[in-house]
Parts: sequence; C-alpha cells; structure tokens
Amino acid sequence: MTDTVPRTVGTRELNRLVVRFAGDSGDGMQLTGDRFTSASALFGNDLATLPEFPAEIRAPQGTLAGVSAFQVQVSDHDITTPGDAPNVLVAMNPAALRKELVHLEFGGTIIVNQDAFIERNLTKAGYDSDPLDDGSLDNYTLFKVPMTTITKEVCKDLGVKPRDAERSKNFFALGLLSWLYNRPAQPTLDWISAKFKRQQLIADANTAAFKAGMAFGETAELFDFTYEVKPAVLEPGTYTNVNGNTALSWGLVAASQQAKVPLFLGSYPITPASDILHELSQRKNFGVRTLQAEDEIAAVCAALGASFGGHLGITTTSGPGIALKGETIGLAVSLELPLLVINIQRGGPSTGLPTKTESADLMQAMYGRHGESPVPIVAAYSPSQCFFAAIEAARIALKYRTPVILLSDGYLANGSEPWLLPDVSTLPDLTVEFATGPNHTEEDGTEVFWPYLRDPETKARPWAVPGTPGLTHRIGGIEKEDGSGNINYEPDNHGYMVKLREERVAHIANDIPPTMLEGDIDDADLLVLGWGSTWGAITSAVMRAREEGRKVAHAHVTHLNPLPKDLGDIVRRYPKVLVPEMNLGQFCRIIRSEFLVDAQSVAKVEGVPFTAAELHSHIIGVLDD
Amino acid sequence: MTDVPTTTKADWTSDQEVRWCPGCGDYSILTAVQMLMPDLDVRREDTVFISGIGCAARFPYYMNTYGMHGIHGRAPALATGLAMARPELHVWVVGGDGDMLSIGGNHLLHSLRRNVNLNILLFNNQIYGLTKGQYSPTSEIGKVTKSTPAGSIDEPFNPISVALGAEASFVARTHDMDRQHMMDMFRRAHDFPGAAFVEVFQNCNVFNDGAFGAITKKDKRASMLIPLEHGKPIRFGENNEKGVVINPQGSAEVVDVADVGESALLVHDETRQDPSLAFALSRLSAGPFEPTPIGVYRAVERSEYATEASKQLAMAQEQSGPGDLEALLHSRPTWEVS
Repeated sequence: MTDTVPRTVGTRELNRLVVRFAGDSGDGMQLTGDRFTSASALFGNDLATLPEFPAEIRAPQGTLAGVSAFQVQVSDHDITTPGDAPNVLVAMNPAALRKELVHLEFGGTIIVNQDAFIERNLTKAGYDSDPLDDGSLDNYTLFKVPMTTITKEVCKDLGVKPRDAERSKNFFALGLLSWLYNRPAQPTLDWISAKFKRQQLIADANTAAFKAGMAFGETAELFDFTYEVKPAVLEPGTYTNVNGNTALSWGLVAASQQAKVPLFLGSYPITPASDILHELSQRKNFGVRTLQAEDEIAAVCAALGASFGGHLGITTTSGPGIALKGETIGLAVSLELPLLVINIQRGGPSTGLPTKTESADLMQAMYGRHGESPVPIVAAYSPSQCFFAAIEAARIALKYRTPVILLSDGYLANGSEPWLLPDVSTLPDLTVEFATGPNHTEEDGTEVFWPYLRDPETKARPWAVPGTPGLTHRIGGIEKEDGSGNINYEPDNHGYMVKLREERVAHIANDIPPTMLEGDIDDADLLVLGWGSTWGAITSAVMRAREEGRKVAHAHVTHLNPLPKDLGDIVRRYPKVLVPEMNLGQFCRIIRSEFLVDAQSVAKVEGVPFTAAELHSHIIGVLDD
Repeated sequence: MTDVPTTTKADWTSDQEVRWCPGCGDYSILTAVQMLMPDLDVRREDTVFISGIGCAARFPYYMNTYGMHGIHGRAPALATGLAMARPELHVWVVGGDGDMLSIGGNHLLHSLRRNVNLNILLFNNQIYGLTKGQYSPTSEIGKVTKSTPAGSIDEPFNPISVALGAEASFVARTHDMDRQHMMDMFRRAHDFPGAAFVEVFQNCNVFNDGAFGAITKKDKRASMLIPLEHGKPIRFGENNEKGVVINPQGSAEVVDVADVGESALLVHDETRQDPSLAFALSRLSAGPFEPTPIGVYRAVERSEYATEASKQLAMAQEQSGPGDLEALLHSRPTWEVS
C-alpha cells in the first residue's frame, strides 16, 4: 500500500483500538480526532466517536476546565460504541493527563507532549510533582515525546511564526499516531492542502509537523511495534463517515425532495443543534429557506407560518428552546398543520451542560404543553440513522398534518460512524396532496370549503394554502367545531375535539414499523428496552452477555408516541425488563404506567453516554438477582 | 396584476358575527379595511391576515380572506415565515399595543429591521381590553387600572419612536375616527414594498374611553392633529396658523407661523434616509393631549427581506444547479466495500 508509512519495526494486529486525544481547548484535539477518524474510515475500519468538549470556547489555558477530548474506537468488525476504556491516551498537557487518565485501561498506553510538562502547567493542573517522573504512571506504558520542540524545529525554515508553528503540534501527534497504528497518511495530507489552500504557510507547517510525527515514530526507537487494525467486514456498498447532525440535515433535505414540498427552517443558534442550521443554510440550491430568527419562539412561529403557506416548516433546537416553543407547538396541535420540531437534547435543567449529552427531555416532549396536546414523537438511535429518523418524522408530520417532535442528543449529533449510503431511489414517496377545491355542500346547495373536514383514513384535515382560489378560510388557536372550523366554546364540542386530537395521534400506531427486537427473542430471561442513543451501548452489552451464554433480548423503540402496537406484548413476554436511559427513568415510567409491567430503570445522568461495560454489568446483576 | 375580479366590501366580509363590544373603535377600522380592499387590485385568495391575541387579534375572523389567529405577540413571527415562504402573497398583521409592544415586542422590532413585506397595523388603545382593563405598555404614567391601583409607574412606549428606532422603512399613524385617513394610510402601507408599520389610535370605550378624544374628536382635530404631507411645510390649526420647526437643539417644536414665517417651517420629507427628523416629529407630542402628527412619518424603500432571500436561492441554483440528493450524500469522502 503506497499511502501507509514505511516502517522498520514489526507490526502486530489488533481487532479494535480505542484512542482518546486530550488537550487544551485551543490545542485542536477535536480536529485531530476527526482526522484520525476520517483516515480510519477511508481505510475501511468500522468506527464510532465520542467528542467531549467544554462549553467555554477558550477556558483558561492549561486548566482542567479547559480540557477537550475526542475518543474514537476503530475496529475490524461491526461496532456500535466509541469503546469503554481507551487503550491509548494522547495527552497534550498535564491537565489533559490528570483529567483523562481515569478513563484509560489499566496498563494502557500514554503518549504525552513532554514539552508541556513544565512547573507552571503542572501547578495549574494540580500536580504536586511531575507525574512523568514520580512513578505514578508505572502501571501504564508511557511515551514522553517533545512534540512542541520538534514541531518548532521542523517549521523553522518554513517562514512560519513560532506561535503558528507551535499550533501545528496536534498534527505532529496525529502523524505519530498515524505511524503507530498504520493509518493511511495521504487522506490527511490531502485534507491539509485542501483546508489551508489559501494559507500556504499554515498548510506547510501542518504538513511538516505531520510528517515529523511519522518520522519520529520510525526513528526514535521508542516503539517496538506498530499496530494494525484491518478493515472491517461490512455490508458491500459505498460508505461515508457521517455525524448525527449532518445525517439529520440531509434527511430533512431528502424528505423535502420526496414530498416535493419546499423546506423552511426557522432556528435560533443553540448548542448542540446549531450545526443543522449551518448545514441547511448551505442547501439553498435545494430550495431550502433558512431564517436565523430573533429567538426560539420566532423560529418555531416562522416555521409554522411557512407550513401554513405550504412549506415543510421545521425548527431545530435543544431542550431550553423547546421550553420556549411550547405554546407554538400547542398552536400547531390546534391548527393541525405539519411542523417538525427537532430537539438535540443536552444536559439540563436550565443551561445545564450545553456541550454534554443527556436524553431527559422525553417527558417534555410528551407533556410539555398546556392542555391535552398530544404530539407524535420519533427518536433517532445512531448518528447515521438520524437521516432516516428525519424522513420518518417528516412523513408523519406531512401525512397526518401534525407537529412532530424528533429527539436526538448531543452524543448522536457530534458522534460519527461509517454510513452505508442508501440508494436514493428506495426512499419513501412522501408526496402531499394540497386541497384544490370546495369539499362541502351547504343545505342551500352552495359549494364551500371546510378546513376541518377530515380524510376518513388519516383523520388529517385538508392542507389548503393561501393563493388557492375558492378556499379562503380562517384558522386559529381558539377551540373550533370539527368540519367547519368555526369558533365553538360549547362543552360537548370541546370534549369531542380533545378526544379527536388524542385519537388522531393514537391512530398513527397503525402506520409505524414494529419494534426493533434482537437477541434471544424466544427465550430471553431479560429484555433490555431502550430508546434513542443508548442503542449502541445496549447492543454491545447484550452481545457480550449473550456471548457468555446469557439469554437476553434487546428491544429498541423509535416511535415514542404513539408507541408501536406490538410493544405491550413484547414487554410482557419476558420475566424481567431493564430500561437504561440517560435520564432518571422517564421512559421506564411510561412503560410501567402504559403496560403495568415491573420494568426497572437504569439511570445515568452524567453528561456522558453509557459504556457497554456499565450496561453489561447491570444486565448480569439483574440476571443474577 | 391582470384581470383581478371586481369586488365589493361584501366580498371581503366573512360570514362570522363580529364580537367586539358595541361602540369599539375596532369596528370602524374593520370597515375601513373592508372598504379599501376592493380598490387594491388584489385577489382575496392572495391576501392573508395574521394576528396574535387580544381584542384586535380577532380581526382575521372577520375578513373573507385567508387568515390565522395565532398566539399572543407572535403574529409578526408567524407572518415572517409565511411571507418568506410565499413572497407573492399580501400579508397583513393586526394586533394591539399589548400584543405587539409588550409580549411580542421583540418580533415587531425584528420584522421591521428585516423589512419583511408585511402591513402591520397596531391598534393602540393604551389599555388591555381582552383581559379586562390592565395598563398597557402605552398607558400613561399614573394610569390607575385594576393592576395599578396606585397608578402606573412605567414610562410608556411611543410606538412611532419604537418603529423608527427599529429601522422601520415605512411608519405612519392614523386614528379610528377618520375612515378616509385610515384608508389612505392602509393603502400606502399596502403599496409599500417592505415592512409597513401603521399605528392606529383606537378607542376602547369600555376600559379606556376617550383616551384620544382630546385630539381626535371632530371639533379638536384641526387644532390637535398635525397632518404630515410629503413635500409640504408642516402646518395645522383652525386657520392653519400653527406650524412645526426644528429648533437649534434639533427637536421639533410647534410655533405660530406668524412669528417665524412660512419659510422657517419644516418641509416634510418622508423619503429622507436619515430618520432623525421623523424621530423628532414622533417626540413632538408627549401624549394624546398635545398637538400630534398623523400621516406618513417615513417611507424609505430598501431591500425587502423575502425578495433578498429568494434571490439567494436563485443564485445558488444558478451556481450549483438544482439540488441533487444523490450528489449531496456523496459530497464527503467515500469508500467502497465489496
């Protein structure tokens, strides 16, 4: 292979590898991790990533608060998580080492930027003595590499300012790791020249640093072996590496194309949802209109206004934004117009943990409006699957003329994985029929348009857009009479309309796929029931338990309202039901109240996803109980 | 627009019973709008009225057009989305002073700043009507209401000043006692390509009766309303004896024409780019008890928001061709597994 680095030492094969890159917020660790990931993807490994960064753009340099980390698992087989304990920790400064060492496996490899281990940085990180020399790392394999010094040295003759040269040290680290783990170099070199094509000096410095990192590995005689993770055996086809927010954005574009209805996004910037606004604002040639609104409320209102005008109105946000949008979602329930509300969940309450993941907005999605205000809920479960979740949420919104909440979270949003690209021609047809003429005859024979006269099958009202002759009508949030849509405050009418809106949503259960069910379907002693981003960790944990001979099944729910019709049978079929969630048991509570089963919650609300190891021990614990 | 069918006021009137209090100023505003519409050369189906919540916000139900009765304060935001999605529509926004200056103040500011092609009618009655008589963001200091038994201590908004401060392109004021003047202002708003803001002094005869009586009663108008006419010196009074000048400090001031001479009067220029004279005029009256300018304060054309947004879409399609989903999915590095 021409694009891997030549080497003079022996190579050992690994089935999988978990690397964690950690440094100061300004050290470019997210970029480094991302490049390592991309090269691995192009090499053909399966992979999963977990970026973790502080909320501050630049926390005080060298402090524990400023540590930014990126974990990636690369593998020669199908994997679903970014790995439990990393095998390798790359620490660019003492704070990164101190904060991240806890994650590293016992006996794991530590590669540090030795130049950063000076007294000032050690003090900032809270070290009394230098951990590189005091024996505290004796249980690990430690490599001390003067990354800054070498990077500056190789950049000396390029005409790069020393400050800029120093900033290239992350590419030195990437080069060293690329050599050590036999990652192809060419994709990174190509990426550097494309990315910095207008800043030649920076491109030169990064290239020099990257190559120096590779050369260091080869010549420094620190390393006895390099390691290799062979390409994974995956389903044939064309793959790309994608994160959840990108896949979700593309799913929205696809839904608009499949429905032949233009996309309108009203959004207010909020972590971790903003990247969807960024991505869609670049898709103007698909007819996508984006409005960066003055606030969360305006964002959803503009989307609803666009839906009234015959567009697919969408708003993207995170939990705090949903709280603000609640009244408008209620209006959409009453107006019975398509509206897609996307919540990329993060840690709460209040500002909470803006850059960390959590899935604690399920009850908010279910009940976070006043009155009886049912809304269908769809949840994505892996980064690439966000594409299909977006299409499915749009399908329900368009077909049933209802607001739909789509739940993703920070872990899915920023995590990436290889994606077998779908054949576009197989995507569902979402074609929408707009109302074109009167639909009701008055007693005197006059043909009129009734905005709330329903399709008998879908119970959806007609979508009559302004500009259509003969269909002028008024809609509003005040209680109305079914059919004519006229204002009606009568007690019986309100009771009827409340039940009708509930049934409209419940009825969608006839039109959603059955629950995903895997594992020992027929004779499991335990059902692990999940929703959302816990899919990867549950899948791995159940696989391990089954490899140990345990009988376990895994059900994963993608439609949280209405629930799939087969779910009741499934949760009653097994002696024990365990519900892992990144909240204090919200879905578990729904399952218990809905089906009267003794489901047990496993809660983790720490801003980081479950590891497979954690869930595995829970599974064994419940089985042995 | 070609062959728009001839209509009458009745064609623009919906079959819904109007449910404002008898004697409410909203009736005369509704009549003015319904009478104007047949003259505007627009189709009913291309016309949309959007409102928030409040007495004024019932307005869309009474117009035989497309309409949406939204939620409190959000009408400009709902309308912004509709106008962006469908720039060819004629979108009107109707709301009161609580709706658009209090709970929805933010949306009013930003729709004006963006210059979205909306006709925004703010019915200002200086009181909360639908919630039965609390003070509003335009109520005068000292106002005694159910929620301010000791008198309001809030400095009121001056809606014209707020609009001008929010970079509004078109700003006008009229009142519910003068149908022809309302129709003139609404027509100007309709004709203006961008956000057109019209404040309508509106009498709430139940909770704030006569709030504007001192300036809008028939026998008071000549001496208390100052008509703004483009290109003309600003004059008013029973015998046109009063005028407006800009004093050396830059403020607008009422003077006797006899004292200063006609040539010293401010000649109204609604197309002046710099809004400071329009702002000075908006500060001329401290409330509806002093001579108050009505008419078009400002009408300065600039880029309309939805038009600009559509241009960006057209340009993107020209540059990159129409969207190709297959190509989008393959736009990042890909690899084959066989």
